[in-house]
Amino acid sequence: MADKENLIEQIASRYDGDAGMLIPMMQDLQAECGYLPAEHLRCLARQLELPLSRLYAVATFYASFRHAPKGAHDVTLCMGTVCYLKGSAAISEAICKEFRVEPGGTTRDRLFTFQAVNCMGACAVAPVMVVDGKYYNGVTPAKALEILYGLTKDKANAEKENEA
Amino acid sequence: MTLLGQKRLSSFEDLQRMQEELLSLRVASAKSIHVCTGPGCAAKGSEKLYELFYEAVKETDANVEVHAKAVGCHGLCECGPVVIIQPGDIFYQRVEEPDVAEIFRETILGGRLVERLLYENPTTGQKADTVDKIPFYKVQQRIALAYNGLIDPTKITEYIAHGGYSALSKVLSSMTSEEVISEVEIAGLRGRGGGGFPTARKWRSCRNTEGSPKYVICNGDEGDPGAFMDRAIMEGNPHSVIEGMLIGAYAIGSEQGYIYVRNEYPLSVERLREAIEQAKELGLLGENILGSSFSFNIRINRGGGAFVCGESTALMASLEGRPGEPRAKYVHTVESGLWEKPTNLNNVETWANVPHIINRGGKWFAGIGTEKSKGTKVFSLVGKVRNTGLVEVPMGITLRRIVDEIGGGIPGGKHFKAVQTGGPSGGCIPAEHLDARVDFDELTKLGSMMGSGGMIVMDEDTCMVNVAKYFTDFLQKESCGKCTTCREGLAQMMYILSRITKGQGEVGDVEELGSLAELLEGTALCALGKTAANPVMSTIRYFRDEYDAHILDRRCPAKECRGLFRYEIDPEACKACGICLKNCPADAITGEKKVPHVINQEKCTLCGACWEKCPFTAVLKV
Repeated sequence: MADKENLIEQIASRYDGDAGMLIPMMQDLQAECGYLPAEHLRCLARQLELPLSRLYAVATFYASFRHAPKGAHDVTLCMGTVCYLKGSAAISEAICKEFRVEPGGTTRDRLFTFQAVNCMGACAVAPVMVVDGKYYNGVTPAKALEILYGLTKDKANAEKENEA
Repeated sequence: MTLLGQKRLSSFEDLQRMQEELLSLRVASAKSIHVCTGPGCAAKGSEKLYELFYEAVKETDANVEVHAKAVGCHGLCECGPVVIIQPGDIFYQRVEEPDVAEIFRETILGGRLVERLLYENPTTGQKADTVDKIPFYKVQQRIALAYNGLIDPTKITEYIAHGGYSALSKVLSSMTSEEVISEVEIAGLRGRGGGGFPTARKWRSCRNTEGSPKYVICNGDEGDPGAFMDRAIMEGNPHSVIEGMLIGAYAIGSEQGYIYVRNEYPLSVERLREAIEQAKELGLLGENILGSSFSFNIRINRGGGAFVCGESTALMASLEGRPGEPRAKYVHTVESGLWEKPTNLNNVETWANVPHIINRGGKWFAGIGTEKSKGTKVFSLVGKVRNTGLVEVPMGITLRRIVDEIGGGIPGGKHFKAVQTGGPSGGCIPAEHLDARVDFDELTKLGSMMGSGGMIVMDEDTCMVNVAKYFTDFLQKESCGKCTTCREGLAQMMYILSRITKGQGEVGDVEELGSLAELLEGTALCALGKTAANPVMSTIRYFRDEYDAHILDRRCPAKECRGLFRYEIDPEACKACGICLKNCPADAITGEKKVPHVINQEKCTLCGACWEKCPFTAVLKV
């Protein structure tokens, strides 16, 4: 409990408690927790003396804020115009079908969070998928699934190592 | 006395002396290896290449002065990863890890070219041994991208050695704020973010407005899908943006600046942050810059992932910590913007042009381009074109030269269909207007717009109705929901377009789309809503026959909309391998060994599995 309040206090003080810096504060909170936990938001609202509704207005307006914990890996597929023209819709479809996940959602085993975003600015090498910050260019549905199955394998190996 | 170890530059002379010292430190025989780490090359593993070159430089015991540096986007992303060796301007393309040792041994130590890594002109077959012999670069004229690929963006000393911050020094030491604005006015610089508003006029109104403090903002919320020039500038030469903002702030009378960067560009944030830190240390940002009475600070804000925040009033709302909803602009932001104070907002590329205008004069800048659109514009040339990448061309160049000469035409023997400019607010320009000159007014006349500079080439396989649907879907999701026509109108347009692409279009749909478009243009508050129908209207204007084919004949001429074309097997090309038969989920394919296979059209669900799997491209879309 104290941890949570400490964290919020620390984040707010980074910006001198300036309510105008609400978005950077929430970005910092998300960087710490992986998402915006309701309890933390409540605490931040108290700290800044803002109505909680103000925080939720911001949290739900911007696409980058998450309201649920994310998976172990971040998978971002670009759906910008060029990626779309070069087939990213089919890639998204394949991922959703294979891993039973929705864009913006997380797989049931929390292996990865799947985001479909507008443009990553790497149009020249479209279609582009980013896994934990690593860019993959010229992705096809088959290649995407192969990359994501690589994550499953890594996880299985890690578990094996843990057991050993 | 050396200034290189010194923390702060406290006079104009200090800056000049530092530049001279940096230049004198250069060894004439020194070689440098420039590894592009722009988004395109980085996606192809160029960061690893840089590390390998860096190691090679460190470990060599040969008697040569050589440096390896990671530079910003060089432009020709298609041929990435790109490595350039100086002196000599030697351009190596598609460099892979095993090539590093060879380049180091042959070119750096031996002074010989590695032939197979040179660019080959696809039409003449000739190898280009220097950058300027590559057609892609020949037509270009680089101002905003001048130092991209040349300097290491993480080192302020590199920028200063190339004359960086000398424009700031000139302004602070010898120009009044009015003189600065006049110079920009003579240059005829117009906003590069899309609107094309005269920059000098904006600065002057903001300067003349009563009230303080005044703010300057750099709009780095590059939201148009298919555009990445601002990213390349922020990551390849961040100091040019900072210097531009400093000059603008001096002219306007502002002491606080903001750079608003898209959430999807974490590297831009990092580069800018480093650059601001370094500028602060040297006293180029902060109090009493270069010993003058001028003080200026910059703060970086990351966007939250909302396209509408590229609109100036929405961006300011976001900076104030509120949802990014635009407001009506009866009162301009130069009078009442951020925190209701006079605020001047310009785009990244606009700011990056400013130091060049001050250094080389407004007249020089005005000598480039057309009557009403001066200077150059950076475009991201992408889509179905051979040489994808970033290009900077003088205003007034024809679309044809960009697509054919720089872009190298359409790959795969396909035909050009349209080029989409201006992002989701823009439109599609067809082949018959390829000779149109690219400037602010000409593109607007054609029903599109300059926008921030995305240029997406489409070929015969692209269905224009589907393109319109894509942009409408994009805008519908990004609409902030404040205005009813935008929120509900776009949903209605999306509904109609979805029906058309599913073969359920009705006569009168096109007219219905037209009247919704009119409503949007007339009643939406911000540019997002007002221009939201442009993709639909421009495709109707130039590709009405495709709409009619979908609605009247239930046929998709580009064979992209599922259900509006059939799959057939070409008996001549079919090798009867049985792969399609095995992969068909509906058992719709019949055939035996050595007998060409056939698709039973009644059973076929049009899933396309056979088309994807056929190794002989014998499955055709008809």
